[in-house]
Amino acid sequence: MKTKLLNSIVMVGLLLTGSAVVNAAPGVAPVDNKIYAEECGTCHFAYPPGLLPERSWKKVMSGLEDHFGENAELDEADRAKLEAYLTTNAGDHSHYKRSKKLMRSIKSGATPLRISKIPYFVKEHREVPKGAIKHDKIRSISNCDACHTTAAKGRFGERGINIPGYGKWED
Amino acid sequence: MKKNVLMMMAMAGMLVINVQAYAGDVELLQSEYQSQGAGPFSAAAGEKMWRQQYLDKKSGKQRSCQTCHGSDLTTSGKHARTGKVIDPLARSVNSERLTKVKFMKKWFKRNCKWTIGRECSAQEKGDFLAYLKGL
Repeated sequence: MKTKLLNSIVMVGLLLTGSAVVNAAPGVAPVDNKIYAEECGTCHFAYPPGLLPERSWKKVMSGLEDHFGENAELDEADRAKLEAYLTTNAGDHSHYKRSKKLMRSIKSGATPLRISKIPYFVKEHREVPKGAIKHDKIRSISNCDACHTTAAKGRFGERGINIPGYGKWED
Repeated sequence: MKKNVLMMMAMAGMLVINVQAYAGDVELLQSEYQSQGAGPFSAAAGEKMWRQQYLDKKSGKQRSCQTCHGSDLTTSGKHARTGKVIDPLARSVNSERLTKVKFMKKWFKRNCKWTIGRECSAQEKGDFLAYLKGL
């Protein structure tokens, strides 16, 4: 009887540890929305919603007519659906490690529109070799998957980095 | 013999259905533009406008459809800013083109505004389609 009880306690303990690990998932939650992948991913890397806070997504989705210099207008039904997807899954609602780090680095009054301007992002990219971005296969810091080979899975760790014209990233 | 004739008729019927499915959405969209008072549509007018250069006041640069789609629509284009590859527009090499009304409307709206600085009229869009569907 006692051993059974002990077993149960151990089991519960294991379960708790397990869920704690899930809560601290690495990276960011990958994109799992077909309309988003299609409508936004046609023109650029489909940034996982967990890379920006809810207030930023709202601002992005209210200005699609001038979307970083491009016209990215959608019909209202799709726009509303995508805004709901982005805000529900925004970084400030995420348990993923990389989202938390990004969100923590943003000043409380700030509403960044560019992921690449978030302090944590800037810090993590400070060692990118000068001029590397100009490579024809990269062209812009916003092309995540040009260097982050596992970006589509929400993984941005160093092991997955391969910079065109430079090579794999090693410490 | 009778069986053969029946078979032939069935096959001809399928062909008609196929052709309709292939061309359907362009004609559907063109007739929508007609219902707005536009038409008849001219492939030559569409081509002329396709190649025309428009000055973008903000950047001071000339823009045309070819800026991103390239000068040969049977080959891929490249987005002027992002470098994203744009699949060929000619149906002769890309059967997915001009097959979805919603898709065509979306890109007309975005690309007319980017290139010309305003939305295109129903007549202009119908002319574009007349040009593009012949490629």
